[in-house]
Amino acid sequence: MRAAVGVRTARYLVLSVAALIFLVPFYLLLRGALSTEQQLVGIDHWTWFPSHPQWSNFADTFRNSTVPLGRSMINSLVIAVTQTVLVLVISGMAGYGLARSTVRYANAVFYLIVATLLIPAAVTFVPSFVMVSSLGWVSTLRGLIIPGLFQSLATFLFRQYFLGFPKELEEAARIDGAGPLRTFLFIVIPNSWGFTAAIATITFIGSWNAFLWPLVIGQDQSAWTVQVSLSTYITAQSVDLSGMFSAALVSMVPLLLMFLFLQRWIVAGVEQTGINE
Amino acid sequence: MSEQALERATAAGPASPRRKWTDSPHLWFWIFVGPFVAGLLVFVVIPILWSVWLSFYDARNTVTPTHFVGFANYSRMLEDPSFRSSLVTFVLFAAFIVPTTFVLSLALAVLVGGARHAQAFFRSVFFLPTACSYVVAAMIWRHSLFGGTAAGMLNTVIGWFGAAPIAWLSIVHPPWYWLVLVTVRLWLQVGFFMVLFLAALQRVPKHLYEAAALDGATGWKAFRYITLPQLRATSTAVLMLLLVNAFQAFDEFYNVLSTTGGYPPYARPPLVYLFNIALGNGQDFGDGSAGAVILTLIIAIFAVLQGRLTGIGRRGDT
Repeated sequence: MRAAVGVRTARYLVLSVAALIFLVPFYLLLRGALSTEQQLVGIDHWTWFPSHPQWSNFADTFRNSTVPLGRSMINSLVIAVTQTVLVLVISGMAGYGLARSTVRYANAVFYLIVATLLIPAAVTFVPSFVMVSSLGWVSTLRGLIIPGLFQSLATFLFRQYFLGFPKELEEAARIDGAGPLRTFLFIVIPNSWGFTAAIATITFIGSWNAFLWPLVIGQDQSAWTVQVSLSTYITAQSVDLSGMFSAALVSMVPLLLMFLFLQRWIVAGVEQTGINE
Repeated sequence: MSEQALERATAAGPASPRRKWTDSPHLWFWIFVGPFVAGLLVFVVIPILWSVWLSFYDARNTVTPTHFVGFANYSRMLEDPSFRSSLVTFVLFAAFIVPTTFVLSLALAVLVGGARHAQAFFRSVFFLPTACSYVVAAMIWRHSLFGGTAAGMLNTVIGWFGAAPIAWLSIVHPPWYWLVLVTVRLWLQVGFFMVLFLAALQRVPKHLYEAAALDGATGWKAFRYITLPQLRATSTAVLMLLLVNAFQAFDEFYNVLSTTGGYPPYARPPLVYLFNIALGNGQDFGDGSAGAVILTLIIAIFAVLQGRLTGIGRRGDT
């Protein structure tokens, strides 16, 4: 009995220490965003927290002329929302077609998609850049959005999910004379919100946080995404640490809000993405 | 399609007024799957084939080269010591980060899964870094946590124990920058995979543990002989995802290490190298493509090896 209590105490001790360590970076982000520049570059001592939080840092970081934070936030928002909606439509339909179609070559097409799944997307950035630049899409929203719309992983997950979707519902609709598209729109989708929301959040986070592709394509400042803007703060010659940290905190607001409100769905979604099946 | 329906279709023939053109299963398949397949061809498959083609040409500053050079790009890349060293670097990095992330996320899942109180709280805290980008994390690590002067947080902490401040990112011997790079990735990834493991742990049938406990198998033994085998499907998937993620390492390396002077000659992942070759001043798409092909082949070899070791290849496809 005493051993069990010991095990339990040890478990909570380890968990609490780990949780503290996991929260340190968030504390550092907040501290950086609210400190003065002098406190951050302080050569000889570390300030744990500014006694006078500099709320004006946030306004200042939007006024920085070399890093267009506002513009790049809007770019990122447009890209992330468009990509999320279109990935859901494109991959959702493809996944449903692959799961339900009776045509003989459906499996062959599925294997082709799985094959592209195994090629890491980042390895293809040189050829994709070649393609996009020959289309004249460098530094355009099109170039940032369209190449990211065809995600084999999302299609794969949707297919796995729809394979487990109860066929009885669809058959009932078909007997009532509904075609495949109607069945999909009015029967399958309304009954799949949980899973769809999960794929949506994962896609949105991936799109918002993407860096390599926006760095390659967003060559003009007008096409920078928020991550590219933040990166220029990091690698710039003249450091502006307080501006950098407040910009970073601002950049996380959309995702943190999403986490606050959708936490349950996100976790449930990650759990049921079918990876475990 | 049921046999009856098939019979009816053939008996009626295409002339039947009841059989409309919209009944064709081929049409429906392509309406649903066509847009995705078309996009995949244009933006993934064709670029890859194009890139393979480019890799055999002298393609400096052009994507429609005319000068065929055979395997010259490949041999130049393989002879380049900095490309070779980046390949070795990346293999070592993957060999370390894949098992470490795996073990840590599984351990956290077991700890959180067994907690009767505050389970949701701990799960949320560990999952929260998923919302953070590699860029933001790299920024925090570089300029705050591992700040190189006495005013860095870790330097302050080790200062309490009398240690001198360490310039984490600007010295090569010992290579402290690896500590910076590895901990960023661990912090960002562990929570996500912990949630996957948590879900899998909850699906392990309770009666297995009860039966094992009767036979005296608890604690480590129960974990080794019940939990681990029950987690096999999840484990193989997690390992594959981790491996692919490690190959794609770019964001944190670029943001932690590069300066206005460029990227330092050490800890350079292949993608940073290819990025510089194909999109830097030279715009050498031939060499860049050859490098991408070499990297893809190496990834394929490792994926197959890992699949063999963990048994993912023996599983069905659905």
